[in-house]
Amino acid sequence: MYHRPRLIPCLTMINNGLVKTTKFSNPRYLGDPINAVRIFNGKGVDELCILDIGATKEGRGPDFLYLKDIASEAFMPLSYGGGVTQLSEIEKLFYIGYEKVVINTSFNTKPELIQESARIAGSQSIVVSIDVKNEIFGRKCYVSGGTVKLKEDPVTLAKRAEELGAGEILLNSITFDGTMKGYDIELVKGVCDAVSIPVIACGGAKDITDFKKVLAEGGAHAAAAGSLYVFYGSQKAVLITAPDEKELINIGIYK
Amino acid sequence: MIAVIDYGMGNVNSIVNMFKKIGVASMLASSVDQIQRADKLVLPGVGSFDAGMRKLQQSGLVDAIKKHALLDNKPLMGICLGMQMLGKRSEEGTEDGLSLIPFENKRFSFGDRKDLKIPHMGWDFVKISKNDPVVTNFDSEQRYYFVHSYHAVCELEENVLMRCDYGYSFAAAVNHCNIYGFQFHPEKSHKFGMALLDNFARRV
Repeated sequence: MYHRPRLIPCLTMINNGLVKTTKFSNPRYLGDPINAVRIFNGKGVDELCILDIGATKEGRGPDFLYLKDIASEAFMPLSYGGGVTQLSEIEKLFYIGYEKVVINTSFNTKPELIQESARIAGSQSIVVSIDVKNEIFGRKCYVSGGTVKLKEDPVTLAKRAEELGAGEILLNSITFDGTMKGYDIELVKGVCDAVSIPVIACGGAKDITDFKKVLAEGGAHAAAAGSLYVFYGSQKAVLITAPDEKELINIGIYK
Repeated sequence: MIAVIDYGMGNVNSIVNMFKKIGVASMLASSVDQIQRADKLVLPGVGSFDAGMRKLQQSGLVDAIKKHALLDNKPLMGICLGMQMLGKRSEEGTEDGLSLIPFENKRFSFGDRKDLKIPHMGWDFVKISKNDPVVTNFDSEQRYYFVHSYHAVCELEENVLMRCDYGYSFAAAVNHCNIYGFQFHPEKSHKFGMALLDNFARRV
């Protein structure tokens, strides 16, 4: 574990509404993203990741006006992903208040975007998102919201992302997404061991013991979660909240 | 009035928003006239050194900024890349910096250690190295959000305002008289950043 690992709520949106998927499917509507951002702000979370999971499928780029509203409510670092295909979009995202841009589909269709934006903006601002399904013949990577399968496995893609200049990897397990059964530790460890850039693990977290496990055993630099921050109890009632600083110190994640 | 320099790089809106949150008026400045009318200046920056310096040169504001800081002796604060640009140069690029404080920017280097990733990204604690109005009244250990691959190496210890440890101790903030630089992002460090910006607005 690192000096102070980051714990990151990952907010997924469709049509500017907050949703939560299970295995990247069946999005369940949860409410207004801006309200969630206000709550996380009040709780002093480390960082926020906002993903517009409808953008690529709808063939459009970021909704800058709406994203600017979100950014004006947040006093912690923000990253945004969803339909980013142009350098100009990346520059505009920085201008309106996002520290980092997350790229998934474009990493496959336009890898030079990673190189170019890392060169201009600095690699610490460019995050490549790798989405992984566990299939019979091994772990396979997907783009376009988990609908288009790639040839490469996660470790190969992660290394390529690092070579192109990405500063960070957001490693999503499609298989574990929304299941709240814990992270895919084997997947996380495999990728973390293969690259020297930070890896954010996402997919499967139920509670803070999962955070501790993926950081300590998986070697992740940061832990992201969706369900953990928006659901409560076995019936998955919607409750937007974040673990207490004291709880996290007691369990040994923070010092 | 505090002016946040808008030269095309850096999240100017986040800085203005945080000043607003703490009840301090600020404006965006993209003309020489606006710079001259400001009482205090903030130089933001996100991105690479050469890109930042070139955009700043292109904006035509460099002379006005230098005059504000060196001749008029009015407060100037650089944030992240904005701090790095206050120095002489950076290993990241070939452009010259503003040379307002004597330091260079070097890339983090940990020899054979593989456990420390570059960039230094995340929340980290700092130690205050010297007294200054901008660091007074802090009631707890301060931590801020860092995201950078290069760090300042000061020629003079007296210019080091805060130190942070990441593999080794490095200058997390610099100061020379009315000129300040913060490597971290106060505008993204919620209550800690607000305390710092509050001091800059009301005590400096």
